Amino acid sequence: MNLRAKLISSIRHFFIQQNFLEVETPLRIPAPAPEEHIEAIPSGDWFLQTSPELCMKRLLAAGYPRIFQISKCFRAAERGSRHLPEFAMLEWYVTKFDYYQLMDQCEEMLITAFKYMGHPQDIIRQNKKINLAAPWEKITVADAFSKYAQVSLPEALHQDKFDEILTQYIEPRLGINRPTFIYDYPVKLASLSKIKKSDPTVAERFELYIGGTELANGFSELTDAREQRQRFEEAQEARAAKNWARYPMPENFLDSLKNMPESAGIALGIDRLVMILANTDKIDDVVAFTPETL
Amino acid sequence: MYTASDLKKGLRLKIDNEPYIITEFNFVKPGKGQALYRSKLKNMVTGSQFERTFRSVDNFEPADLREKKMQYLYKEGDKYCFMDNESFEQVYLTEAQVGDAVNFLIDNIEAEILLFEDKPIGISLPNFVDLVVTEAEPWAKGDTVSGATKPVKVQTGYTIFVPTFVTEGEKIRIDTRTGEYLTRVKG
Repeated sequence: MNLRAKLISSIRHFFIQQNFLEVETPLRIPAPAPEEHIEAIPSGDWFLQTSPELCMKRLLAAGYPRIFQISKCFRAAERGSRHLPEFAMLEWYVTKFDYYQLMDQCEEMLITAFKYMGHPQDIIRQNKKINLAAPWEKITVADAFSKYAQVSLPEALHQDKFDEILTQYIEPRLGINRPTFIYDYPVKLASLSKIKKSDPTVAERFELYIGGTELANGFSELTDAREQRQRFEEAQEARAAKNWARYPMPENFLDSLKNMPESAGIALGIDRLVMILANTDKIDDVVAFTPETL
Repeated sequence: MYTASDLKKGLRLKIDNEPYIITEFNFVKPGKGQALYRSKLKNMVTGSQFERTFRSVDNFEPADLREKKMQYLYKEGDKYCFMDNESFEQVYLTEAQVGDAVNFLIDNIEAEILLFEDKPIGISLPNFVDLVVTEAEPWAKGDTVSGATKPVKVQTGYTIFVPTFVTEGEKIRIDTRTGEYLTRVKG
């Protein structure tokens, strides 16, 4: 609990020093982003947010160039040693940034925040040292597949086994000696990110891993409202195919995309970060209460 | 019918017409990816284990398993015969199905027979059984080191380590889960 409080205040300190504006957006919203694999928890006629992404992007469109938020997010049926249905998320957005710049800023933020809290240069994870000194490792998703899996990325996609192979063979080997960013996700997994101009088969999306644990997901943000609407519709179809609810289309968000400047944004799981610092494999160890203890 | 989100350690499922129990379980999910249910399953008939990762769309049939109190009657060839004392129905278990329980199987002992779709597949004994020591080295005087043990044979042929003061013809209580000696029993 002490570690958690210190970490959160150090993160906040970093962003304030860097001229970010701390914002608060509603937890209860009428239309969550339709995503194929994320299920919102209903709250009356509305929903609890699965992430503050849509509201924060509307703030970018309204003219706030550097914003961050630490808030609670809610996702149905996510419970495991690294998952809680209610969890703490740090999200921040920077206009005129792309995903490369955001990876660097993420690295700088964590190194600085750890320094503020007096944390040593190394993290101990399963008796192994993870060196935090910059620069952190960066590897494309395709290279991570060829390096760690017996199946290539195109083959994994073709067999519809991307998530299985990623979680079983690749994730446990990411961020072991130093933190690792994997980047350039296949377009099918672009979510709300921009397609890469120089290679339209991949999206400008990355994830950060430390000690085999997924910590953060970031994008160069998609600002094309038409393309975003189409992706939402595809996600709605995919959800309908497995009998998941169709969400109201987030029209106000789609409208605001017209005014949204080029930006990059990232979401980082606070609980997971505390787990890593506390050298524990159980998310239950880093929160005051779990659903089972309430 | 179970869905993947019902899976947890200890759940019993029917897969390819065989009963399985989940021995290890973990929920994994990449943030934007799909929920995966990584499970280790043990076949309750053959004991063989395998690992499988399920998706949220998968569903499962529960295994129709129940336990019935039955009395051990006799061994016939390599089969062990048990009888339901109410219906007088008799069932047979193989040596492999009886497993380690054979060490504590005495005539007329009451055991829980595990039935899968009414076919017997396993046995669980009471936690404690009392057996007679049939072979034991005599107790040597002066052999009083505390904690010293010696091997003895009990009526089922099972060899067990007991304190040195236990003698032939005595009854001893054994924990069937660990196979270890607990105490002497009078009478």
